[in-house]
Amino acid sequence: MSDLRDLYEEVILDHNRNPRNFLRKPAETNRHAHGYNPLCGDEFEVNISIKDDVIEDIAFEGAGCAISTASASLMTEALKGKSVKDAQKLFQGVHHLLTEADDGQDLGKLAVLSGVREYPMRIKCATLAWHIMQAALRNEQDTVTTE
Amino acid sequence: MTSVVEQKATEARSRQLDVERLRADFPVLHQSVHGRPLVYLDNAASVHKPQSVIDAVGKFYSHDYANVHRGVHALSERATDAYEAARDRVREFINAADRREIVFVRGTTEAINLVAGSFGRQRLTPGDEILITAMEHHANIVPWQLLCEQTGARLVVAPVDDHGDVIMAEFSRLLGARTRLVSVTHVSNALGSVVPVRQVIDLAHRHGARVLIDAAQSVPHMRVDVQALDCDLLAFSGHKMYGPTGIGVLYGKAELLRDMPPYQGGGEMIRQVSFERSIYADIPYKFEAGTQHIAGAVGLKAAIDYIASVGMDAIAHHEAQLLDYATSRLQAISGLRIVGTAKEKAGIISFVLDGVHAHDIGTIVDQQGVAVRVGHHCAMPIMKHFGVAATARAAFALYNTEADVDALVAAVEKVKEVFGHV
Repeated sequence: MSDLRDLYEEVILDHNRNPRNFLRKPAETNRHAHGYNPLCGDEFEVNISIKDDVIEDIAFEGAGCAISTASASLMTEALKGKSVKDAQKLFQGVHHLLTEADDGQDLGKLAVLSGVREYPMRIKCATLAWHIMQAALRNEQDTVTTE
Repeated sequence: MTSVVEQKATEARSRQLDVERLRADFPVLHQSVHGRPLVYLDNAASVHKPQSVIDAVGKFYSHDYANVHRGVHALSERATDAYEAARDRVREFINAADRREIVFVRGTTEAINLVAGSFGRQRLTPGDEILITAMEHHANIVPWQLLCEQTGARLVVAPVDDHGDVIMAEFSRLLGARTRLVSVTHVSNALGSVVPVRQVIDLAHRHGARVLIDAAQSVPHMRVDVQALDCDLLAFSGHKMYGPTGIGVLYGKAELLRDMPPYQGGGEMIRQVSFERSIYADIPYKFEAGTQHIAGAVGLKAAIDYIASVGMDAIAHHEAQLLDYATSRLQAISGLRIVGTAKEKAGIISFVLDGVHAHDIGTIVDQQGVAVRVGHHCAMPIMKHFGVAATARAAFALYNTEADVDALVAAVEKVKEVFGHV
């Protein structure tokens, strides 16, 4: 039996209980997207303010399971102050972490998401906010879905 | 001479299922999941198959299989006999007046789509209304929305109260001169509510509306008698009643089915074809275009035989006991809320846990070997009514035990432990 603590890491539970950059909208939001996982009903909105190709502020709203909420919260923490290019790199890194056998690049705090790898049914929970962030950066209007 | 008391005690004992013996009939139950004995409580999604059903399908393919109603050779004759015997068995099971009122389809979803595509497209004109309830499965919502787009008819939704009971006064008020069809579930798959369909049918008939009953969740768990109900149409699936997937039934009153145009065209559903015109076969074959799931029908017959051998009343009694036990055990867990507390319920319990999303419950209880459904149960509108995006759902079948409920309760306690809510 895989240890449930690998999935429900203390950091994940903490970010689920007290999500960072949650339920507020950056004052100068100029990128926005909405996403939905039809399988479980998780639904988030990501708002970003970008200046000179740098993510000045990022926040999210919505509701989801512990994995999707914590992943969204950790994402906002990790992306603040990053260039758009670095944000894309981080997205690739998280995607690699969740879908490949090895951890790939050093992701710092985001490495806690590696436990999700053992639970294939939950990978979409962990990637939802990241896909929405990407859509926001591309300024896509359609709702992102994980299906 | 036995006293009345003794007689009642004997009756009660005879109604008790010997579940341990019955469990031996279900090979899939005897396995470990994540190192724990499997506790299968996802029966509203699909039910496991007894060996007799598995064997009936295997034996049919091994000895008697051929296409039906076509050949004059021995195997075709045997296959036709087996297929038609299944129709007779279904007729008897739901007490239809005539075997021709039994149409084989893929499942409940196809049956409802058949009614929408045939009855609906033939009879509905702009402004006509289809009345459903707020707790329908998507299969009893979306086909009507498609039909409304095609015909200009309107979908009207009768509200449900905070217990999960249809508000009958509202339902009654929404029935009108434009109501052509009432399509309601018998048992809500998301909440377990039993809808008073007899009353629904009477009210609808008084307004001249036809009634379709979605019996997917009732037929496996209680006696359903289409003549006593007087429903015009009724749909159910084989796989939720110990039978194979891909086979289901649409029951329709003969006079109504005769009036309905075919749903799909093809072989088997015709009497004569020329390029000028085709003459359709009689009911039920008019609705069975192409080669049907013949082995599925054979398996469905075996499933009905199995249910009959156990006894439907005994099954209903056993599941009601499990529901009572599970309700009281789950209610005792702090932070747990049961969603759906209708006056009359079938063996389905939906619940949410404070501060824990249903998806997380599903993953953690699965690690304890307990299979429940988590999500919106293909009934998003009713989830929204109760203000939840998703619930966890335990649903019982004849092979479940109080020990299964205990395992679920322990697994939910584990969820609280992982989330630090102890």
